[in-house]
Amino acid sequence: MWNEAMIQMLLLGIVETLYMTLCSTLFGYLLGLPMGILLVTSGRGGILPCRPLFKVLDVIVNLTRSIPFLILMIAVIPFTRLVVGTSIGSTATIVPLVLSAAPFIARLVESSLQEVDQGVIEAAQSMGASPLQIVYKVLLPEALPSLINGAAIATTTILGYSAMAGAVGGGGLGNIAISYGYNRYQTDVMFVTVVLLIIIVQIFQEIGTRGARRSDKRR
Amino acid sequence: MGEPMIEIKGLCKSFETKNGRVDALQNIDLTIGRGDIFGVIGMSGAGKSTLVRCMNQLERPDRGQVLFDGVDLCALPAKELRQARRQMSMIFQQFNLLEQRTALQNVCFPLEIAGEPKENARARGRELLQLVGLTEREGAYPAQLSGGQKQRVAIARALSTNPKVLLCDEATSALDPTTTASILALLQKINRTLGITIVIITHEMSVIEEICNRVAIIDRSAIAECGRVDEIFQNPQSEAARKLVYPEGRAARQLIGRRCLRIVFDGSSSFEPVIANMVLACKAPINILFANTKNIEGRAFGQMVVQTPEDQALVERMIRYLHAQNLTAEEVSGYVE
Repeated sequence: MWNEAMIQMLLLGIVETLYMTLCSTLFGYLLGLPMGILLVTSGRGGILPCRPLFKVLDVIVNLTRSIPFLILMIAVIPFTRLVVGTSIGSTATIVPLVLSAAPFIARLVESSLQEVDQGVIEAAQSMGASPLQIVYKVLLPEALPSLINGAAIATTTILGYSAMAGAVGGGGLGNIAISYGYNRYQTDVMFVTVVLLIIIVQIFQEIGTRGARRSDKRR
Repeated sequence: MGEPMIEIKGLCKSFETKNGRVDALQNIDLTIGRGDIFGVIGMSGAGKSTLVRCMNQLERPDRGQVLFDGVDLCALPAKELRQARRQMSMIFQQFNLLEQRTALQNVCFPLEIAGEPKENARARGRELLQLVGLTEREGAYPAQLSGGQKQRVAIARALSTNPKVLLCDEATSALDPTTTASILALLQKINRTLGITIVIITHEMSVIEEICNRVAIIDRSAIAECGRVDEIFQNPQSEAARKLVYPEGRAARQLIGRRCLRIVFDGSSSFEPVIANMVLACKAPINILFANTKNIEGRAFGQMVVQTPEDQALVERMIRYLHAQNLTAEEVSGYVE
């Protein structure tokens, strides 16, 4: 099996997987981070409590999180076509990945920000900080280690989803595992792709853990 | 008392809880003078924390006014309230420092919020860390500081915007006695050198006696008594005040009688042997149950609880004798079983 073509294909698979994962994480945060912040600030005891906003966000997040990824991916095909012009390949996979990751990321961000001591927020309010200043000068910096940990979880989860996308025409290592390892019974290819996925997850997790530890000044 | 710095008028605040409405503050009227070190004391749950949080509007009162330098904070829109809050800083029992920032960055934080250029903020921050005696710790994170040091950073941070008032919410309650004394000394220095009005919320009478000149005693959501600390120490009028001022003695077993007198010496009067002379003059024995001295605003005060015989006429004679010596004396109960 270890001919030039196979190695080329695996390398391309790695690149595609990283491309899908990192792009989806990035866009997922662009959507999920503001949602997470709004969940915290509009929630009970938040800095700008707003029950209707909180409820709407809460329901949206719960609904989208309860749809299985495979079903979501198929259901949004028309939308994917609208956005990227096609529904197969790595780029097309990013659309459902983002839609699925954003609410998950929102929850991760929410729980990280909730760890920030209420007293510190109150101190900032007593100094005349505006809600916006509290968000970007208190909530986000104080929760940074936890946010980085969350980002590692988000990235590795999205990586897992991206592998699933191989089943319906996405690219990357997941696609190789399914089309060679599963459909053509090439167990060795299956094995190699799984090992590669494990290594990538380990690397992301390690980066996250170290980043979180380095940024944490509480010890 | 100088001209008023903070005037509270008809303040009411209640909270909705699972067990119904709780009135935390009922019709509070209070005036805090410019340059005062004003104490607010009460048992936990009396409403003192709510009161201080109403002063800077961390809690919005249901009714009433909080006049800060003549401006009603309750009526200010959010933006102007934020401006006003820079003039009324606050320190907390749990310090509430930003854990991810160094001591210096913490002190600079209010200035950053106010939009001060970074260089000015740093210079001012260093100045203040020097004032609180932490120059060499400017790069330390809160986790590397002791409780007393954290509170010093918090004080420096609170002073960075040049406030008129410093609110202290149980600021020494998490500290040991020695550290408490040094923090109180620092607050007193700030009051004297910078002329900042200080409001101290505490449940410890010793804190009030140490540095406050005026005190309000808050009991069951209302002000029980308010006045100069030395006057209240000598002559507490309300039940709540007496509870705080009277020495906590274990009840003595009956010896010569059930009646007790509390005598207050105000420092200027204790040159002659008053108690010995009283015993000679009244020809009756007394038993000293409790005695201590306090330093209130630099004046020495002593208090003593003595047990007297049962005879009503005799006790009255003793009180008359003590009053003739210009001492405060009154009958108290609860010291003899």
